[in-house]
Amino acid sequence: MWKIFKYSFFDLLRSRWTYFYFLFFMIVTAGLLHLSGQVAAAITSLLNIVVVLIPLISTLYGIVYFYNSSEFTELLLAQPVRRRSIFLGQYLGLFTSLAASFLLGILIPAIFLGHFEVRLWLDLFYLLGIGTLLTAIFTAIAFLIALRQTNRMKGFAIAILTWLFLAVLYDGLFIIFLLFFEDYPLEKFSLIATVLNPIDLSRTSLLLKLDMAALMGYTGAVFNKFFGTSMGMLVSISALVLWVAGPLLGFLRVAARKDF
Amino acid sequence: MRFPIRFIIPFLVIATFQTLGAVPDTLEVGKKYASIKQALATAAPGDVIKVFPGVYFENEVIIDKPCTLLGVGYPILDAGLKNDAIIIRADSVSIIGLHIRNVATNYVRDLAAIHVEEARHFNIQDNKLENTFFGIYLQKSRDGRVAGNSIIGQAVVEASSGNAIHLWYCKNVEVSNNEARHHRDGIYLEFSDSIRIVRNVSQDNLRYGLHFMFSNYNDYFENTFQSNGAGVAVMFSAHIVMKRNRFIDNWGSASYGILLKEIKDGIISNNLFQGNTIGIYGESSDRMTISQNDFTENGYALRILGSCRDNIITENNFIDNTFDVGTNATRQYNQYTRNYWSEYTGYDLDKNGLGDVPYRPVKLFSFVVEKVPQAIVLLRSLFVDLMNFTEKVTPVFTPQDLFDDQPLMKPHPHDQYSTSS
Repeated sequence: MWKIFKYSFFDLLRSRWTYFYFLFFMIVTAGLLHLSGQVAAAITSLLNIVVVLIPLISTLYGIVYFYNSSEFTELLLAQPVRRRSIFLGQYLGLFTSLAASFLLGILIPAIFLGHFEVRLWLDLFYLLGIGTLLTAIFTAIAFLIALRQTNRMKGFAIAILTWLFLAVLYDGLFIIFLLFFEDYPLEKFSLIATVLNPIDLSRTSLLLKLDMAALMGYTGAVFNKFFGTSMGMLVSISALVLWVAGPLLGFLRVAARKDF
Repeated sequence: MRFPIRFIIPFLVIATFQTLGAVPDTLEVGKKYASIKQALATAAPGDVIKVFPGVYFENEVIIDKPCTLLGVGYPILDAGLKNDAIIIRADSVSIIGLHIRNVATNYVRDLAAIHVEEARHFNIQDNKLENTFFGIYLQKSRDGRVAGNSIIGQAVVEASSGNAIHLWYCKNVEVSNNEARHHRDGIYLEFSDSIRIVRNVSQDNLRYGLHFMFSNYNDYFENTFQSNGAGVAVMFSAHIVMKRNRFIDNWGSASYGILLKEIKDGIISNNLFQGNTIGIYGESSDRMTISQNDFTENGYALRILGSCRDNIITENNFIDNTFDVGTNATRQYNQYTRNYWSEYTGYDLDKNGLGDVPYRPVKLFSFVVEKVPQAIVLLRSLFVDLMNFTEKVTPVFTPQDLFDDQPLMKPHPHDQYSTSS
């Protein structure tokens, strides 16, 4: 597995798209720190980019990478190597390179340009952690979709729709539901609905970390109370980890059985 | 040798006063007198009581004749956690340069460092108050002055703490250059008219930086209200003028730059509102002029409920607020015109400095949040941005008549609030 991981990781390191991704984060972070002058404001703007763009890029990149390396994968499958290590190796390779581009792309300018207080560093690390988890989630989803759909166009469409659903449509349905049942107490519902969607969960927990709870009134207080407890932390982190594990295990299971 | 007559007049005047006994004596506490009470007992009206450095353990020092209590090098008056420190019950009393500390918390009586009861022409100036339950408590008093005092409390719980400067049924008082920290309310007024509150700093108080009710015709100039538990709340008053104040960092789930409730006919201008959960919250407030203020980085810059009518909001700068305006009504009767909105994306073809397309400061999302507060969890969601964008293009849900018909293209250049202090 490590050999394949190493192979696909170095393969991706040679790809210019990885560098584009890295440079994108670096320029955006440097620009935000430079222009806004305020680190807290820069982190808030980065938040928007992280929770929307990381899922999109991870999904698309995952799909493209999986399809492009399908011939190589088939070649590997003919060798006496365990399927599990081939696919897990590829997944880890892609995840590591994307996560590294993202982490370095933000950290390098932050180290050189940001004059942070300790609290802001903690916020930034929380943001980086969430971004890494989102990368892991959406590359796993992309791989699962790509493996199940041999038709590339169809696979592509499904991947984009998945992203669109989680990033946009889910919230639309959420609002419609809230408006429809506005006469009922909805704190619990909105809490559960938030935890179920990795993008919403990431965004909300980050906003709460950035002290936006005050703006959110009573709901914010309820959320803050939930996410503030160790129980809430545990629930939200395990929700995100489940979002990594679910698609990944599904992917490995399909991969183990699939007739190539 | 002849003296010019001009030279002689002052001597004549002094001589006349001396014969009348009107030149004040100076009584020295810490030298001739061991305590302030002793000196007061022998003092004649109009005398000056000089208090020299030392610690005086005295409480309930009652001043019932016109005189001046003058501290030299901040002598300490320690009330020993018993009663009021000083009670003024006469007109024309001055208290200058004392350091008063340790007034007891009492749940029955409002004990204070300096308690002014039904007096006129008082002058409380340059004192340091420390750990006093109430700082300066003015009761049915008028025509006086409270200036340059530093009032620092140790309030932890709202219910067992007092206000730094408390005015009750007062009239024509100047409260200026004071510093009020760590009390329940920084400056509190009830039933007090014609008060001038100028250049005070009210910071880190548990509840309100400034709190008044039923107090009309008051002026608030160049004060700083910062990081107070609930910001500033003002209610049931008319004809107030607030200019060049700073309302900063009042951030919390029940915190406001200013909360206006039943405030009529006032002027709020040239103030800075920065980093507050809600810059100005208006409820049943009518005929206010809100002009030339800067609103930056607030949660809501303005939250004006449907019960507010005939307010004019003009020439303000709204910069980087999460929501510029929030309201719960679909119809509204306030006028928004010629403000600068940093989120305005319109154009100005005729280059007259005014945008050609009206700006609608109420976003669809803030409208949804008014209906279902829980929807706030979707703050900064991509869907919300899309929703706001569509609504901006074709407004359907947000108040039809709430818009700025002449949005400024550049921030309005107005007088800045005081940055000193």
